[in-house]
Order: sequence, then structure tokens, then C-alpha cells
Amino acid sequence: MNMEREPFLSAKNLKLLKEPIDCQNPITVQVLGICSALAVTVKMKPAIVMALSVTIVVAFSNLVIALIRNYIPPRIRIIVQLVVIAALVILVDQILRAYSYEVSKQLSVFVGLIITNCILMGRLEAFAMANKPWPSFIDGLGNGAGYGLILIVVSIFRELLGSGTIYGYPVFEKLGIYETGYVNNGLIILPPMALILVGLIIWFQRSRNRKLIEGK
Amino acid sequence: MENLFNIFIKSIFIENMVFAYFLGMCSYLAVSKTVKTSSGLGIAVIFVMVITVPVDYLLETYILKAGAMAWISPALADVDLSFLSFIMYIAVIASMTQLVEMIVEKFAPALYLSLGIFLPLIAVNCAILGASLFMQQREYSSVAEASVFGLGSGIGWYLAIVAIAAIKEKLQYSNIPKPLRGLGISFIVTGLMAIAFMSFMGIQL
Repeated sequence: MNMEREPFLSAKNLKLLKEPIDCQNPITVQVLGICSALAVTVKMKPAIVMALSVTIVVAFSNLVIALIRNYIPPRIRIIVQLVVIAALVILVDQILRAYSYEVSKQLSVFVGLIITNCILMGRLEAFAMANKPWPSFIDGLGNGAGYGLILIVVSIFRELLGSGTIYGYPVFEKLGIYETGYVNNGLIILPPMALILVGLIIWFQRSRNRKLIEGK
Repeated sequence: MENLFNIFIKSIFIENMVFAYFLGMCSYLAVSKTVKTSSGLGIAVIFVMVITVPVDYLLETYILKAGAMAWISPALADVDLSFLSFIMYIAVIASMTQLVEMIVEKFAPALYLSLGIFLPLIAVNCAILGASLFMQQREYSSVAEASVFGLGSGIGWYLAIVAIAAIKEKLQYSNIPKPLRGLGISFIVTGLMAIAFMSFMGIQL
């Protein structure tokens, strides 16, 4: 073990936390974990719960794998990783069922599908297998936050335009927009619009940050 | 028989894994560069699904469900192992994937090389675990129904990935705004395809 310890939130660790939120975002740049991202974004509440669950599972599975990384035989590492992830997801699932059954019902199979969320395997393979526990934990938090950010942005648009509310609060009704003849847009609640919204977010992000443009 | 046919058509078109539930999007977006590779991956996914869904169905009915173990001895009648289902499903899927990997490596080495990392990643393809979880949630009543559902979902996924690969091959020659190239336009095209697939919803089965 090296004796000099770096401070818990050194510049390097802070970078690990910030990068995945913007220029290394798991969804829009690394293309990981899209599956669940789109299906739970009709309303904000399930989106937030999903974002939190994924963050917790990524951070802790990164931590656990980083702790035992030197003892895992490389040939069976995928199974070991899956078992760690599955155990954490079962915990999250049981907690959700116990404390907020309604949301757990809305998320349906997507809680179980956190296991196969590519963010988890991707981060475990790319980061936790080669780094110390604390930076891995931070990396997990950062990626969870980047994932959560996209989820929440998409769900704000879908909930506002689709049902006229934000987190259940009837914004459009209070502002009196319905009296001007506005009708809730039913199309945006349908699954395909989530894909198009994410496409637009990617467009927006890449036109701001030209480094991310795919070369051709 | 009619029921099986309904499940088959429904799982291909109406409840398509990619367009209705966004499952398996990661490899769907990443591997769909050419029609040839994506068709290879699609076939591998069909194969894995056809086997894992019925196997998971048997596991669920005879071991995991509440009271499912009563056939071993009456003493086990009130054992409920359903909280273990995630781990059991993923174990079945991971081992099946290993098998497919070995088969492809032996019989189609070129395909093996072009699929690269995405072959082992079938194990974490959400579409496959998703199919098992939907099977559990919808409570299909026989192995035949579960197998047909697995086959249909696999074929649906195959159709989706081959279609997007064909569109992407054409897109290479079109003039798209720079920031939208690559990932952005793939998302939007997938969205439009999903809208097209929604027209199947009107079919009464």
C-alpha cells in the first residue's frame, strides 16, 4: 500500500465525478444503459426513483468489485460481476416493494432490468476492475448522476407536454394555458417520442461541444 | 393453437422488444453498422431467447414460485423463492451465451471476429432478460406458450436490428447536420420506425 493518501475529493476524483455528467455522459456519449432510460420517463416520479436506484447500484457494485478485483479470476469475471449486481438489484427491488409499492408497480420489469443495464457492466469492466475502491465509488456516483440527468430532462419534457404537470403539479392548469385552446399532446407520452427527444438532446449537446461530433 | 399464433404475432410486431419497450438498445445501436453483422447477432439473440425463456419458465414454475416445490415433498409447499428469480434467470442466460459463443467461434469464425465484444455481451442484452421477466409477469400457462413468446421476441429483435442496419448503410451517403451524425440520427430514425410499428397496435387478435 502506498503511504501518502490523497484527499478524499482531490482534483482527480472531482473530475471523475464531473466528467460523466457532461462530456463522458453514459447515455449520450458512451451509449450505455439506454434501454431502461427511455421506458420510465413518462412521468418524473418513476424517472427519479429509477435514477436513484441505478446510482446506488452502480456506486456500490463499483465499490464491491474494486475491493475484490485482485481475487477475481479473469475467466469468470462476468459471472462474478453479474452476481454482485444481481444481489444489489434484489436489495433495491425489495426495498422499493416495501416502501413505495406504487412506484415499484409502475417501473415493473425495469427494476429487474437494472441488472442488464449496460452502464453497470461497462463501468465495472472499464473502471472498477483496474482502480482503487474510493475512485471507483466516485466514478459510479458520477455515472449514475449523468444517467439520472438525462432521465430527468427527458421526463420533464414528456410530463409537461404530455400531461401538463411537473412532478404531479398541474402547471398548465394553474397558468391558465388550457383556456387559450391548448390540448395535452398525446403523442409525447408514447414510447417513440422518448427516442426522438434523446436524439434532440444529443444534437443540442454536440452542437455545443464540437469535440464529441462523430468524424466522417 | 390459435392462442400460440396470437402470442407469436403479438411478440413480433405489436410488442416488439426494441420499438415498444426499448430493450436491447445498446447492442442494437452499436452493432448495426452493416446488415451482415447485425443479422448474425440477431440470429444469436433468437437462439439464446428460444432456449432461455422456456428454461426460465420451467425454473419459475417448478422451483421458484411460491409453493412451486410441492411436487418434491409436501413439506416444501410453503417455500417461496421468487426473490431469487433475477439471479437464476441471469445465470441461465449467461451460461447459454457461453454456449452460443463457443458454437459461433467453431462454425463461423468470421462472424465471431466481427461481433467481437458484443457476443459475450448478449448475456447482458436487456432484451433477453426482459423476455424472461415479461414471461414471469404475464404468467404464461404452458411451456409451449413461453417458447413461442421467446421465438417471437427474438424474431422481432432480429427484424429491428436488420432494418436499422439497412437504413444506416443508406444514411452514410446523406447530408446530415454534423452534430446530429451517428448517434443522434440513429435515435431519431429509431423513433420514427417505432411510430411506424405502432400502427400494428390496431390489429385485433
